[in-house]
Amino acid sequence: MREALGGKAFVRAEGTGRSVKPGRGWGETRGVDSGGMSITELGRTGGSSVLDGGIEPAVRAQGLVKAFGEHRAVDGIDLEVRPGEIFGVLGPNGAGKTTTLRMLATLLKIDAGRAEIFGVDVAGNPHVIRQLVGVTGQYASVDEHLTARENLWLFSRLQGIAAPRARRIATELLGQFGLEEAADKPIAQFSGGMRRRLDLAASLITRPPLIFLDEPTTGLDPRTRGQMWDTIRGLVADGCTLLLTTQYLDEADQLADRVAVIDHGRKVAEGTPDELKTAVGNSTLQLLLAEPDEVPVAAEVVRRVLGSEPVLSPEQGRLNVPLDQADLAADVLIALRTAGVSISSVSVAKPSLDEVFLALTGHETDASGKDGGNGTEESR
Amino acid sequence: MSTTIAPGREAVRAADRVTAARRRVSIGETIAQTLTMAWRAVKKMRRNPEQFFDVALQPILFTAMFAYIFGGAIAGDVESYLPLMIPGILAQTVLTTCMVTGTQLREDMEKGVFDRFKSLPIARIAPLAGPMVADLLRYTIAATLTFGMGLVMGYRPGGGAGGVLAAILLAIFTGWSLAWIFTWIGTIARSAQAVQGISMMILFPLTFLSNAFVPVDTLPDWLAAFVRINPVSHLVTAARDLANSALVSSEVAWTLLACVVVIVIFAPLSVRSYKRHM
Repeated sequence: MREALGGKAFVRAEGTGRSVKPGRGWGETRGVDSGGMSITELGRTGGSSVLDGGIEPAVRAQGLVKAFGEHRAVDGIDLEVRPGEIFGVLGPNGAGKTTTLRMLATLLKIDAGRAEIFGVDVAGNPHVIRQLVGVTGQYASVDEHLTARENLWLFSRLQGIAAPRARRIATELLGQFGLEEAADKPIAQFSGGMRRRLDLAASLITRPPLIFLDEPTTGLDPRTRGQMWDTIRGLVADGCTLLLTTQYLDEADQLADRVAVIDHGRKVAEGTPDELKTAVGNSTLQLLLAEPDEVPVAAEVVRRVLGSEPVLSPEQGRLNVPLDQADLAADVLIALRTAGVSISSVSVAKPSLDEVFLALTGHETDASGKDGGNGTEESR
Repeated sequence: MSTTIAPGREAVRAADRVTAARRRVSIGETIAQTLTMAWRAVKKMRRNPEQFFDVALQPILFTAMFAYIFGGAIAGDVESYLPLMIPGILAQTVLTTCMVTGTQLREDMEKGVFDRFKSLPIARIAPLAGPMVADLLRYTIAATLTFGMGLVMGYRPGGGAGGVLAAILLAIFTGWSLAWIFTWIGTIARSAQAVQGISMMILFPLTFLSNAFVPVDTLPDWLAAFVRINPVSHLVTAARDLANSALVSSEVAWTLLACVVVIVIFAPLSVRSYKRHM
């Protein structure tokens, strides 16, 4: 297979603009220089042509339903994930995100509806689906009693990889995810971030074309979270398709090419993060004046140009100006210069996904706790 | 090995993966995966030596304790009690050991790693069968230590090395067979503690309402009736015959038959209830 597909190497190398060292065995399959989390530096190749010409969607789900007794945790969800993209499923606690993912990963029976992964029916071919999908759960699903290296070895061997190769894969993945130093320590001594990284590494052993990430950064500190985001972006550069769930709006905004917003087991919106924001509201022009004293003057200019009232923070020299259209910002800026008001910084902000969510579902997100629905969702 | 991994520097190609994917798990793969899971179970045992406490301490402790407490009362003195008691301790130890199988399976199923096993393209039976293979090691340790302790205390088995070895093998097989009962409990109980509780309720009557420590004719009739049909009694008698006089009695056949019946009933039950979790 290696020889047959060798010619496709240009795809990733080209997109990333990084040199890929040839002929080092398994490791350079990811187009990564040795050491650290350098996978994270890879750019995105983007576009479905990287994969298989975009013939089959990576995920196609129609009318998915999962009921736990009376409670319909997932109530008719349609999804279509294109090959090579990061697709975000965004929703508050208990919205049905995890349940949807578990159905697609063959971990839960699909009660109604139909799901295909790369054109393969999920319900009819669970064994095939399990070879196509790597699952990284909400809680790190690695063996606490084994070391990091032993975990990777175990999961490699279970998937029929011969011993010498399994050893090599373990070493490579540990290097890639910055776990070499801790490789032979028990998992019990691992931090949350390290467990997540190991968990993700374990999902990548066979380089599955589709990876499910269930709330990959829940409970991680901001720095570790940023590292995880970089790692996730790197995976797509490698040709993978990613389906991730999150209750963090900024995470969906940061990572996802497209987002489906889910609430009470139903999809309430879908689109790019930008489309969702645009659909909901206007832009805001944020001005920071060089001289805080000039705030009243600037406010008067804004009223004259736009006929609308800015939100003032005089002590900081700040004005927030609501805009119907983003290009009206230019008119305001020109008028301010004519009036001799100097500006130290200017930005046009779109509404946050928090505001999007509020507008779409009528209630705010609760990103504080765990996905509360999952406990009951998994009950037998 | 087939094409689970597409090596080389090319990007992941989904269409090729779909074509290369295997439809089902072969017998060979199932065995390999079971052995890998057994490797995991052995690693876990070595990492948590306290798991060996019951296996290691129980034979030593119980042999010494029971010999000195009951020896005089039942057989006149400790020396003459040993041939009667050692096979009894053997049966009791092996049973205690196989009870742990169910508890640990339940604990395993509650762990996050079980989710990964479920999501991998492996035989559904492998995570269940692997630990059972690994437990053979525990039965062997328990059985060997029991006889070792007996020898230290002055037990000289008349059946010789061959007889003792046969008794040990029979005990290991019985332990493995009866473990299916506890495995089944492990798959249906709500928690590991529940498994432990239920298992103890089964274990105590089975071991103490047998001929393991006392001759049956000292018991009241109604109790003797139960003791005679208890499979543990058959194991104990068979092991006595083997170890003390190298005699392969009909008790061996009864023991094996009981084991087969247990396997035939509880193995399918376990697998079925286990698959519901997978």
